[in-house]
Amino acid sequence: MKSCLVVDDSKIIRKVARRILEELDFDIQEAVDGQDALDICKNSMPDVVLLDWNMPVMNGLDFLKALRKTEGGTSPVVVFCTTENDMSHISAAISAGADEYIMKPFDREIIESKFVQVGLL
Amino acid sequence: MKSEDFELISGLLKQRSGLILPKDKVYLLESRLTPIAHRRGLDSLDELVSEVRLKRKEDLLTEITEAMTTNESFFFRDNKPFDLFKDSVLPQLLESRASRKKIRIWCAAASTGQEPYSLAIILKELSAKLVGWNIEIIGTDISQKVLDKAKMGLFSQFEVQRGLPIQLLIKYFNQVGELWQISEDIRNMVSYRKYNLLDPYTLLGSFDVIFCRNVLIYFDQQTKTEVLEKMRKLLPNDGTLFLGAAETVLGITDKFKPVQGQRGLYSTADASMEVIGKLRAV
Repeated sequence: MKSCLVVDDSKIIRKVARRILEELDFDIQEAVDGQDALDICKNSMPDVVLLDWNMPVMNGLDFLKALRKTEGGTSPVVVFCTTENDMSHISAAISAGADEYIMKPFDREIIESKFVQVGLL
Repeated sequence: MKSEDFELISGLLKQRSGLILPKDKVYLLESRLTPIAHRRGLDSLDELVSEVRLKRKEDLLTEITEAMTTNESFFFRDNKPFDLFKDSVLPQLLESRASRKKIRIWCAAASTGQEPYSLAIILKELSAKLVGWNIEIIGTDISQKVLDKAKMGLFSQFEVQRGLPIQLLIKYFNQVGELWQISEDIRNMVSYRKYNLLDPYTLLGSFDVIFCRNVLIYFDQQTKTEVLEKMRKLLPNDGTLFLGAAETVLGITDKFKPVQGQRGLYSTADASMEVIGKLRAV
């Protein structure tokens, strides 16, 4: 079973994402902001990170940059999942090492289609 | 909905588009035709059916047919056919058409353009290999409305997220307000024409590859046979046909044969062993 870390400050989004991903047979962990996520990753790297952008303490982009510099941090597939839906944010995320990008609102089909593209399904 | 009303509308759809609407899909009639009734100032679907019965106005019949034959589509739908096109079909054609340097591709139910544009993107990505080649992609559909949308190349945020890798969104799309427009050079690689698959195919010319995915499922047996046999006449012996994952030629026509191990890909029954061998190899 592959592991997925869901990083979002919204409890509702984490719950929705968890439900979809558990149905797709992922083992889920949750983090409430970038720092929380980074601590979890340092302890044990997940196979994939579903990552919000705007969060308190540490935002998604800063988390991603820090993750990629951490030992073993290049291996997780990182999929942004955010309301930021303009080309400049998308480009910045990809340049910083994100593998895919989901613009909220999302549904099961979008998550599934994106996870297929990055080879997780 | 009264059963004579259902029969009137389903008969009309069968005659005009080949679409077979089973009785258990009556909810589809209700959900898609009620908005048309309201737009026309009618109170209910019953009133719309009366209009059809009494006046048989062409524009109304067309609108009903279009509403019922429009189906959702997404970029790189099912992935596999596009990989097969890129890795098996195209290399075979580049070899066999090397002197003519011309390839024609037909998307027979182009809908809002995702399938022809996915092919155009594949070709664009390979453009270094295709210098001097003339590759035409023709998208047809029974509905003018979806073709108008296809030509504009404007897609919602939902549409560009289903099947399209983010790298390709960055590379080939521009943001226009809330929508995403596919770039002009990709748009220019596809031409669109309104075409009813029940009509004779004499005006289309010949093709090397035909995509006819997720269309036959809506037809009855006889219409499936007629459509496939007309398509066969547009293909040379080494031409290929793509059908949807849930579709088959078995029991419908012997003019095409499935290419072993390549799901959804069909060669003509007259293809040489050499061609079949190349289509099988990945």
